[in-house]
Amino acid sequence: MTAMIELANAEKTFTMHLQGGVELPVVRGVSFHADPGECVVLSGPSGAGKSSILKMIFGNYRCDSGRIGIRHHGNIVDLATAEPRQVLSIRRSTIGYVSQFLRAVPRVATIDVVAEPLIVNGVAREEARERAGGLLRRLNIPERLWTLPPSTFSGGEQQRVNIARGFISDLPILLLDEPTASLDAANRAVVVELIAEKKTKGVAMVAIVHDDEIRHLIADRIVDVTSFAAAA
Amino acid sequence: MNAPTYNFAYLDEQTKRMIRRAILKAIAIPGYQVPFASREMPMPYGWGTGGVQVTAAILGPDDVLKVIDQGSDDTTNAISIRKFFGKTAGVATTTSTTDATVIQTRHRIPEASLHAGQVLVYQVPIPEPLRFLEPRETETRRMHALAEYGLMHVKLYEDIARFGHIATAYAYPVKVNARYVMDPSPTPKFDNPKMDNCAALQLFGAGREKRIYAIPPYTTVVSLDFEDHPFTRYRFNAPCALCGADDSYLDEIVTDDKGGRMFVCSDTDFCEQRQAAGHHGTESAAPHKEKAHV
Amino acid sequence: MSELSSLDNDQPLLVAEGLAKNYGRLAACRDVSFALYPGEVLAIVGESGSGKSTLLQLLSAQLAPSAGHVAYRMRDGVLRDLAELGEAERRFLFRTDWGFVHQDPAQGLRMGVSAGANVGERLMAVGWNHYGRIRDTASTWLERVEIDVGRIDDAPKTYSGGMRQRLQIARNLVTEPRLVFMDEPTGGLDVSVQARLLDLMRNLVSELGLAAIVVTHDLAVARLLSHRVMVMKGGRVIETGLTDQVLDDPREPYTQLLVSSILPP
Repeated sequence: MTAMIELANAEKTFTMHLQGGVELPVVRGVSFHADPGECVVLSGPSGAGKSSILKMIFGNYRCDSGRIGIRHHGNIVDLATAEPRQVLSIRRSTIGYVSQFLRAVPRVATIDVVAEPLIVNGVAREEARERAGGLLRRLNIPERLWTLPPSTFSGGEQQRVNIARGFISDLPILLLDEPTASLDAANRAVVVELIAEKKTKGVAMVAIVHDDEIRHLIADRIVDVTSFAAAA
Repeated sequence: MNAPTYNFAYLDEQTKRMIRRAILKAIAIPGYQVPFASREMPMPYGWGTGGVQVTAAILGPDDVLKVIDQGSDDTTNAISIRKFFGKTAGVATTTSTTDATVIQTRHRIPEASLHAGQVLVYQVPIPEPLRFLEPRETETRRMHALAEYGLMHVKLYEDIARFGHIATAYAYPVKVNARYVMDPSPTPKFDNPKMDNCAALQLFGAGREKRIYAIPPYTTVVSLDFEDHPFTRYRFNAPCALCGADDSYLDEIVTDDKGGRMFVCSDTDFCEQRQAAGHHGTESAAPHKEKAHV
Repeated sequence: MSELSSLDNDQPLLVAEGLAKNYGRLAACRDVSFALYPGEVLAIVGESGSGKSTLLQLLSAQLAPSAGHVAYRMRDGVLRDLAELGEAERRFLFRTDWGFVHQDPAQGLRMGVSAGANVGERLMAVGWNHYGRIRDTASTWLERVEIDVGRIDDAPKTYSGGMRQRLQIARNLVTEPRLVFMDEPTGGLDVSVQARLLDLMRNLVSELGLAAIVVTHDLAVARLLSHRVMVMKGGRVIETGLTDQVLDDPREPYTQLLVSSILPP
């Protein structure tokens, strides 16, 4: 089987020019892969670079050297050297990212925030809204809140809106940064279910989860990030 | 009369040549405003110095001159200009539209249709139709050059938005020869259709603004409008009180301080010709007649 | 699936090559090259005097470059050097396929003319000659920019700053341009008004598949509106890339300084 994500010797260092050019190595020699239908969980203590790796796979952080291969429209694209346009295209139709916090767009109704990734990919507005409603219902967001902008919601509600937005699309790769943090048991169970459904659809996932119980429920493989730690 | 000896028609020959060159260029480019070196005339700006210079440049000894001001042969301005040329050029003058070879006008086109060989000279205060929306001359000239006339419709749009119809009643913009948008001088829009395909040559002179423009005989002149708000003429809905004409442009004349008023033809020659031919309106008073100049 | 989005279009809309502008010995802009694709929003950020406004004028053919050139793909698909366009073509481009949103709406609007005519002017300029249809289209656009249609006959001089800016946007978009230049579009507006305007612009840009070049010193504007960002300093582009990449992982000392200067939300 061909991997959806394949990292080889990826490396990241921050140079802090404002602190006199201090070099802050983050990770080096990052090498792992994720196959379709597989959920790879990154493990390691805080500060080991898990989030940085996720951001590199999403193209949010630049990769200084090495290779981040992404299967996009059937071809392998190296994200470490891809043009901005290519990265945008990959984000629209290949990689989804569920961050810890919802970057809420002011004034947009929750239902539309969730439906947007589908609409961007050409799904009709009505159908997109219907699917968005279905997900919000599963995640226990009461219908009366759907027309309100999520910026007025509690932290847990915002996180669930964020998850709905991340899971609604049919993207073949999903990156999950603490998807269950600040959720109660019932909603955590829904997220575990959603992840399982994505697996059956062949979606490749890379996740960061601190909760051991959840990790066991979703992980097909665990990659220990400590070995990539680049601390000098 | 010990008047100083002026050159024929007041202006020196070099100046007349300069103006004639501008006129020729204006005729060659219908509706285009040709700059010219406007001279000081022995009358204030705003009294028709542009028209007077054009008339002076085209007048010959055999011409017969008619001068009207808002249609009338007998207002101060009309009489002064007529006398001016009577004195400086010694040309014959007339009040008859048909008999005149050169007609200088302020704010009207005669009712009687003009014929080939005649020249109608307009006095123009502001030649630039785009001025009120775009004050920069550099910009308006460029807009003419590139035929960018959307702005002209903005003005008409504003009329309809504000009054429900195109309320511009005079100086109504026209497109000449399907190219240049032109200000017809402050003639009532009632007169606009007379400019179209006219047998006479029409010349426009703006003295203060130093511009001359022209409509050659038989040129297409179209009043701007919208498909759903087409151009319409406007006149008071009444017959002339003196001659009974119901198709001429009327002036409203207040006759007392109790609200009394009457409507009479603004074209005095037209009105008198009709009365002489036996047409009568509701008022009988005969209008004052100026003594012919000798 | 990918054909649905104009972002996947492989033909650049605008190409700048080696652009430079000197004022005497002062190099206001040096050696700027990039390609802008249909539907792409590019932010040019930097502080006052960094050359970003000069660059915008070069790109929009309002200023002749000292070196280099700008090419634009016309509606017929042909890439043309802007310097070789005749003035009539250039002005036509400006009235139809391009928009220009000024920081000061008074520069982009006719302040004494009604809102309806302000929006309708571009239509009339391209030959629309039906008052009713012009007015209907103007009404639709006022609604789209969230201006009460009841204000259609009022002149923008009676409008608030935010309304004026939204009207300016409507006036620009009515001919469905493919490229819009914006010069500090939210500058001079209250913060709450800014948020509403940004949200509106963001939606219009994505609904219409517009390409845009936005000059701003406000990184929040760049983050919300743009796909890509170019950081300028001393007339040079010192860093460029995906907007979130440049803002979250800035490389150049100056960019790091800019990013670290933002107050946390």
